[in-house]
Amino acid sequence: MGEVIVITSGKGGVGKTTTTANIGTGLAMMGQKVVLVDTDIGLRNLDVVLGLENRIVYDLVDVVSGNCRLRQALIRDKKLEGLHLLPAAQTRDKNAISPDQMLELCADLKKEFEYIIIDCPAGIEQGFRNAIAGAEKAIVVTTPEVSAVRDADRIIGLLEAAELREPKLIINRIRPKMVRQGDMMGIDDIIDILAVDLLGVIPEDEMIVITTNRGEAVVMDQNSRSGLAYRNIARRVTGEDVPVLDFDEAEGFFKRLKKMIGMK
Amino acid sequence: MLEFLSKLFGRDSGSSKTVAKERLRLVLVHDRSSISPQLLETLKAEMIQVISNYMDIDEQGLEVSLDSSGNSVALVANIPVRGMKR
Repeated sequence: MGEVIVITSGKGGVGKTTTTANIGTGLAMMGQKVVLVDTDIGLRNLDVVLGLENRIVYDLVDVVSGNCRLRQALIRDKKLEGLHLLPAAQTRDKNAISPDQMLELCADLKKEFEYIIIDCPAGIEQGFRNAIAGAEKAIVVTTPEVSAVRDADRIIGLLEAAELREPKLIINRIRPKMVRQGDMMGIDDIIDILAVDLLGVIPEDEMIVITTNRGEAVVMDQNSRSGLAYRNIARRVTGEDVPVLDFDEAEGFFKRLKKMIGMK
Repeated sequence: MLEFLSKLFGRDSGSSKTVAKERLRLVLVHDRSSISPQLLETLKAEMIQVISNYMDIDEQGLEVSLDSSGNSVALVANIPVRGMKR
């Protein structure tokens, strides 16, 4: 039986879809059978992030309303054998499906896949309730900004009220240099405030923009720090114990030398 | 001296990170306790009324806020007293 994980954040634009694509791709790279479900009906995005936008025939609403069979709507990834996408409908709205239908869909997907990763829309309304309905675990994405962390706190409260206990946190777009200079909240600051477990930290990285432009996931890029961070997160999702990256270490010889002679 | 030391150890209270964390902490105290700023304003006005019966207070300098330490929330009022009423 597979595991259903919802990726949520409350605030828009913090990297839910990018995170969904990368965790899913990372798990598939490890040989897992994965399906990514885009529940952002009307604002479909996961397909373009994955570079699968030209292959869509049927969507989530078609499946739950019985217009097609589940198998017909699932899109196989171009490169990774185990990776599949169930796209959102673009021309419908969030009321086109119900939490009960999502629950049923997740139960079906669990029979076939090891990981069902659900990309939740921004907000706390119907779309959010649909997305979490069938989930067993939750991952909350935030960025080191007051607004994003505030919304994450609200979402954590709502998840716990919906019996999704102990959500895990991903801090996205962190800039280690700014944290060191005291101009950005760091990992400890955010964890301290939200009082949740940390699943991983993604550094701000131009490679995310570049790979997303091409419709590829940065997790497949072996040379980028964000790719490594996502690969580590995927390993943690499977239960492996992987330490959180120390970005200072990754910043090169000169920085380390400066630190050594106390110029930090 | 203390200021110098805290600057030296990177705990500069003027850094934007500290400001962000403090603002976030406060906004979450309100969010989590679901007390709106309006309610706090009403509370403040009523407190002024009551305390003014006994003391002459500086209404402009009065500060009322919710503070949190650990899991508990405290109502903290800082009320400058100009003098007693007789």
